[in-house]
Amino acid sequence: MRRRVLPGFGISLGYTLAYLGLIVLLPLVALAWKATGIGFHGLLQLLASPRTLAALRLSFGGALLAALLNVFLGLLVAWTLVRYRFPGRRLFDALIDLPFALPTAVAGIALTAIYAPNGWLGRWLVPMGIQVAYAPPGVLLAMVFVGFPFVVRTLQPVLQSLARDVEEAAESLGATRAQTFFRVILPVLVPTLLTGFALALARAVGEYGSVIFIAGNIPMRSEIAPLLIVQKLEEFDYAGAAALGVVMLAFSFVLLVLIALLQHWSGRWAERGA
Amino acid sequence: MMKLRTALFAIAGTLLSATATGKDVTLLNASYDPTRELYKALNAAFADEWKAQHGDTVTIRMSHGGSGKQARAVVDGLPADVVTLALAYDIDAVADRGLLDKAWQQRLSDNSSPYTSTIVFLVRKGNPKAIHDWKDLVRPGIQVVTPNPKTSGGARWNFLAAWGYALKQPGGNEASAKAFVKTLFQHVPVLDTGARGATNTFAQRGIGDVLLAWENEALLARHEPGGDQFEIVVPSVTILAEPPVAVVDRNADAHGTRQVAEAYLKFLYTPQAQEIEARNFYRPRSAAAAAKYAAQFPQVHTFTLAEVFGSWRQVQAKFFADGGVFDQIGPGH
Repeated sequence: MRRRVLPGFGISLGYTLAYLGLIVLLPLVALAWKATGIGFHGLLQLLASPRTLAALRLSFGGALLAALLNVFLGLLVAWTLVRYRFPGRRLFDALIDLPFALPTAVAGIALTAIYAPNGWLGRWLVPMGIQVAYAPPGVLLAMVFVGFPFVVRTLQPVLQSLARDVEEAAESLGATRAQTFFRVILPVLVPTLLTGFALALARAVGEYGSVIFIAGNIPMRSEIAPLLIVQKLEEFDYAGAAALGVVMLAFSFVLLVLIALLQHWSGRWAERGA
Repeated sequence: MMKLRTALFAIAGTLLSATATGKDVTLLNASYDPTRELYKALNAAFADEWKAQHGDTVTIRMSHGGSGKQARAVVDGLPADVVTLALAYDIDAVADRGLLDKAWQQRLSDNSSPYTSTIVFLVRKGNPKAIHDWKDLVRPGIQVVTPNPKTSGGARWNFLAAWGYALKQPGGNEASAKAFVKTLFQHVPVLDTGARGATNTFAQRGIGDVLLAWENEALLARHEPGGDQFEIVVPSVTILAEPPVAVVDRNADAHGTRQVAEAYLKFLYTPQAQEIEARNFYRPRSAAAAAKYAAQFPQVHTFTLAEVFGSWRQVQAKFFADGGVFDQIGPGH
């Protein structure tokens, strides 16, 4: 075994395992244990219900789309904040964190107030046939809002440490601007973008507080999966609620593993490219 | 020596005065959302009375939330001495877990509901869409706001009121009631999770032509700033909503608070409490208080849940359970 400069492997590993077990694993085990009450047949029935499928589609489809939007918008914002100096930059930078700090219910109510048919933007959009509040686009909007800071905040330090001489070298070797961006800068950013994507996705999948106010919550149309869980709880159907929770967890886990694989693969790609 | 004696006297004096002012008792009341103002007033009145009669200081702490959520919290260990919820089924659910006697509803008079309310319509000023009765809600172009019966106790009363109306029409039967309620929910553009949320959607966001609401909430909204933007419409027939109260036996016994908890709930039936309830827009059971506040409450024809539907357990199983009538005909169908 290689000698470490700082000792304490045993104690820190023990601490990590105990902490993870207590904070993460134990509640998940309890959830899975509760879910077994529904039985295999019950689980199939739950998954075959069109209403469950519609809610899962909205939650995961909306979250994927929101995370994708956040990657593009977040990259633009992070680039602007890191690369350019302009009056009010620090203020804008501070604003990024607001969706983190705001209670999600407040965010939902604020967004609804703006996009409702009598709201500031809604009064112009709704007559044009664009319904945001109380429709699926509202769900997407709320998900974009809560996931936005993740992409910007993960990208910023990486952009800051990006060596400019590499770009200058690319230019002096005759690369076009597009080539410099896509072949020099982007490969380095991809793993970070994927991290931001995964964080924004995970946040949006589980989001309840803000979505509930703007969604309209009509079954088969604008009803998210977490709301179905809450409804099952209202029926005192703990097992059904836990089962749906486990299904969501399984979906999320698969997605996150896929993203991690993509990240691993893109990291090697970036190394080869460099 | 003198000093010691003085000190001893002082200590004895403090102890004696402590006995004289009585002990401190704390009760926890788990209630539903719209009762905040009501119980604030009731608790102060009860504390005064208890102090005058027994010399003990009662502090009543409140926990408010959706009725079903509160029932779950008590099941999961919220140490509430009493529950005062929106519908009997939620207390049944607590009783099913053995926290109180299953026959709890017979322990106090009037189905253990010291006050009642009903379901009315809140419409915009001047009633521009001319909505007067349930049948007007299903006219083309009318939008109806109600919370989701799956997540809101108040919305279950809304659903049952509409169903009962349809049953009571000439030639009304199960099939016609089902068809009517199905059409009604096709006119619902937004299903909020709770009654306050639905009120917000209707009042603040300008969604819908009519809000199905608790009468106490509608009257409260009328008395708040901006309340003149709305009018209350009383339909030809509606349901008598009976929000029940009960002592949670197991918790009260564990805390040694049964005596005061029972007295607290009995107090809700006293003339003084009945007036407080009427002032907070709940319909009192006592004829005297009802007569005194008659001007505040419009005349309504009501039916009770027991008359039309039997018990809450039957209602829950038939209408609101997973795969029940609401799942078959609710919005999105």
